[in-house]
Amino acid sequence: MTDLIDRLGKLSDARGISGDETAVRQALRPMLEDHVDELRVDAVGNLIARKAGPPNSQGRILVTAHMDEVGLMVTGHTGDGALRVETVGGIPSKVLPGLTVLVGKNATPGVIGLQAIHRADRKMSGRAPAIDKLAVDIGATSREEAEREAPVGTSIVFATRFANLGHSCKGKAFDDRVGCAALVELLRGEPFPFELYGVFTVQEEVGLRGAQVAAYTVKPDLGIALEGTLADDLPKGDLDVSPITELGKGPAITVMDRSYTTPAYLLSHFIQTAEIETLPHQIKQPGIGGTDAGGIHRTRAGVPAITVAVPCRYIHSPVSVLREDDLRGLVALVDAAVRRLTPDILRR
Amino acid sequence: MDFTLLDTLTQTFGPSGYEEEIRAAIESIIEPMADEVRTDRLGSLIGVRAGTGADGQRKKLLLAAHMDEIGLMVTHIEKNGFVRFTTIGGVRPVNCIGGRARFANGVGGTISVEYREDSSKLPEIAHLYMDVGATGREDCPVTVGSTAVFVGPLIQQGTRLISKTLDDRIGCYVLIEVMRRLQHSKYDVFFAFTTQEEITLSGARTAAYRIDPDLAISVDVTTTGDVPKALPMEVSLGKGPAIKVKDSGMIAHPLIRDLLTQAAEQADVPYQLEILLGGSTDAAAMQLVRSGIPSGCLSVPCRYVHTPAEMVDANDVENAIELLLTLLSAS
Amino acid sequence: MDLHNLLKALSEAPGPSGREDATRDVIADLWRPLVDDLRTDRMGSLIGHKRGTGKSGSPPSIMAAAHMDEIGLVVTGIEGEFVRIHSLSGMDRRTVLGAEVGVHTRHVHTRHVESDEASGYRVLPGVIGSRPPHVLPASERQNIPPWHELFVDLGLTADEVQQWVQVGDHVTIQQPLITLRNGRIAGKALDNRASVAALTMALDSLSRRQHEWDFFAVATVQEESGIKGAITSAYGVAPTLAVALDVTFAKQHNDNDPGSFELDKGPTLGVGPNFHPELVSRLRQAAEAEEIAFTIEPLPGSSGTDAWGIQLVREGIPVGLISIPVRYMHQPVETAALRDVERAGRWLASFVATLEPDYRPRWEDEL
Repeated sequence: MTDLIDRLGKLSDARGISGDETAVRQALRPMLEDHVDELRVDAVGNLIARKAGPPNSQGRILVTAHMDEVGLMVTGHTGDGALRVETVGGIPSKVLPGLTVLVGKNATPGVIGLQAIHRADRKMSGRAPAIDKLAVDIGATSREEAEREAPVGTSIVFATRFANLGHSCKGKAFDDRVGCAALVELLRGEPFPFELYGVFTVQEEVGLRGAQVAAYTVKPDLGIALEGTLADDLPKGDLDVSPITELGKGPAITVMDRSYTTPAYLLSHFIQTAEIETLPHQIKQPGIGGTDAGGIHRTRAGVPAITVAVPCRYIHSPVSVLREDDLRGLVALVDAAVRRLTPDILRR
Repeated sequence: MDFTLLDTLTQTFGPSGYEEEIRAAIESIIEPMADEVRTDRLGSLIGVRAGTGADGQRKKLLLAAHMDEIGLMVTHIEKNGFVRFTTIGGVRPVNCIGGRARFANGVGGTISVEYREDSSKLPEIAHLYMDVGATGREDCPVTVGSTAVFVGPLIQQGTRLISKTLDDRIGCYVLIEVMRRLQHSKYDVFFAFTTQEEITLSGARTAAYRIDPDLAISVDVTTTGDVPKALPMEVSLGKGPAIKVKDSGMIAHPLIRDLLTQAAEQADVPYQLEILLGGSTDAAAMQLVRSGIPSGCLSVPCRYVHTPAEMVDANDVENAIELLLTLLSAS
Repeated sequence: MDLHNLLKALSEAPGPSGREDATRDVIADLWRPLVDDLRTDRMGSLIGHKRGTGKSGSPPSIMAAAHMDEIGLVVTGIEGEFVRIHSLSGMDRRTVLGAEVGVHTRHVHTRHVESDEASGYRVLPGVIGSRPPHVLPASERQNIPPWHELFVDLGLTADEVQQWVQVGDHVTIQQPLITLRNGRIAGKALDNRASVAALTMALDSLSRRQHEWDFFAVATVQEESGIKGAITSAYGVAPTLAVALDVTFAKQHNDNDPGSFELDKGPTLGVGPNFHPELVSRLRQAAEAEEIAFTIEPLPGSSGTDAWGIQLVREGIPVGLISIPVRYMHQPVETAALRDVERAGRWLASFVATLEPDYRPRWEDEL
């Protein structure tokens, strides 16, 4: 395993749902400490790393990756000691039954089970139960014990462990720990011709919230959001629809998603960079999802922004799959694109 | 009515995020009328007219009309050359079917819908496709990410005007005419032709941040309640510009609402008070900028909003211009 | 013998119905030191024979059966780099989305693959994925995808998948056994490895206790696909009487109805047409004598266990059933209480040890 993939593994295994990202910050700090000129946490929990440019350099770039992941939160307790839960971020409840999870700071193991199929209503077997019909069983035998061990508000994450899978990797929270791993790699590299702020943002999954504050603080000339994005490249029979993105075809560049539109000149800059440097790349299906670029572009007097992402299958489920080469490709593309930026593009 | 100007405005390409062409067109028109013209970081075009008061004493008034339009973006090209697309802004699938679209490079396409077992249900955007005359992916003249707008020429019948993109090029028209006719104002007036209103309101939000005005007024269209079986709404075509009380994104600041009402009465133009249940404007974003900007909206009543054939009344447009001129010229 | 480690080894071993080899190897290693003779019958069931102290010749014998197979999946096709799957025996489709699995293949040569040389298996790790909800119509988002839209993603290229995976390869859930609070454990295949663990505990206990009857511990195959191994192994062993060990439904937050039984309040004892009433009362006495907590489980028809098959073998075999309550049955997180497993094992051993050489279950009207 290379250092890049090793760090992705550590970040993937770190536990941090939206609003509870401390463990991810703790995992990131040692990866950054000797490689940046300033490292601090802001009022909402963003981890801000500054990498100085050469003396008198003009221009400041903001690159973000969000630390938070989707998960569950304890909202109540049943009489027999199970935990009632609600999702944090967009998890379809159909992926939850049959899962093992880790509850709270102590990572208490728990399971999510359904009524046995033998005893369930057959009519319902094709439909996923709604979240309010599910609960997490940590083995507590009474409401009191459950309340003591996992009070209301306790965070719950998937218990998935990172590992290699053939030529790919599998793990939880690739959205957006893969962006975090790429951003760490950029910050550990050679200084850029510009001042570069790498911000590991909070609360992306609940409304692009950390990035908005980060962009306000940093006042950048340009924003780049690094993401793990949807891939729908599974077999679909005769259905001729977009795969959104495809694994193995390089980083995916966003033209437009539901949170923002990439300015045409910025889009061309990234595509031209990829073509000149012969780096693989693909265009993400427009109009899908929202990213930190949406939070960045509308701050202060406006910040031109773009999202570049590693294609991941099964995002927002307990286990995602990505290609190591796509992650390396993302780092290479963003590194090259930032180094090729001209004052003309930054001041436009 | 300057038909030629409105024709240029409505027919020039400019879906949200891709406003270069329309910005260039408006820039060349307002250049001679402004003390200063600039483009900001998200592409909004700002024309500035300095006020008459002493420096440091003048208030800054921001007039915003968005120059972006709704449109379509290619998401996928099928093996046999058919083009699938997503919407830019609030495009309803039913208004696309049978219509034509035009891409930035001039390519045209006709929009149709898949055969559906149950045609009584409204189709979703995923059921629509565009035929640009291609037979495969290789000869398709557009790519994933290409943007298109509706085709809908401007025509005039009596006082009614029909065209695509009256939302909100009619607002741009009002701003330009006000700029053309305005002699002097106590305000420093910032005429902002904003971007991305149809998707995120980001252009007006960031323009307002940079300008940091004392008050802001957006000029946009509003729907009406005067068509068959309409959702009840106290706004009709031809009964004067509408002064917004509230919409689904904001409650207009009473100060702005009063300013607009007083100006209407002073100018002796008819006006209507507007409560819009579905939709909002740049004003909703501007009011939340920095420590808050008192914001309101003057609306041009418009039927068939977000279709390729929107309709406004020329008298409402003229009265909106008169109203704003009176407001700006007041001592 | 540490029960937790025992259960961990048993639960994590792969053994889908019809391909129980790897699990059988694990059990054989556990049983070998505890029995006089160990063999695998022609269907694949593992039979451990522990001789009693009764007079030589043909002493009476008791067979205790616990099935070792687990529910699983099978490869039904290959599409590019993806592997199409279907339920092999009762896998709950509601719980496979996002599951981690192993594909048990026969032709594997790659550094990316873990191999288990001892069993001759090669296991390709994979995950079960489906299309993201974002691309589905709102009306379909809560639907569990049908089998033909579920795939195993091995992270390999299409060529590699084509080379290594075949239609018919078995797929099992990969799920480590985890420990919950209050001595509860969760994992895959506790149906019915919890019973295999209890049976192993009984063998261990009997190695320190005198018993007159011959004791046959049988880990049966293919229970989940039709109670196959129990029928054939009972024919081969031809025991005087038999006890099946299986799991039953535990009460859980979303199922409190009759037919479910409290976790950690002891195993259940089946009553109904499947069971010889005298044998049932003898089992009951054994539990009471040892002060082992248990609950009566009424089963008015088929018990759906090995007992149902064994009862009709040869001239008919008197049979009883001890069941361990398990939550979330046929899901990757089956949950049981360690104490219930321990009780089942102790109960079985005590029962065997108390059998007199001339004991035969009789009907009430027999003299």
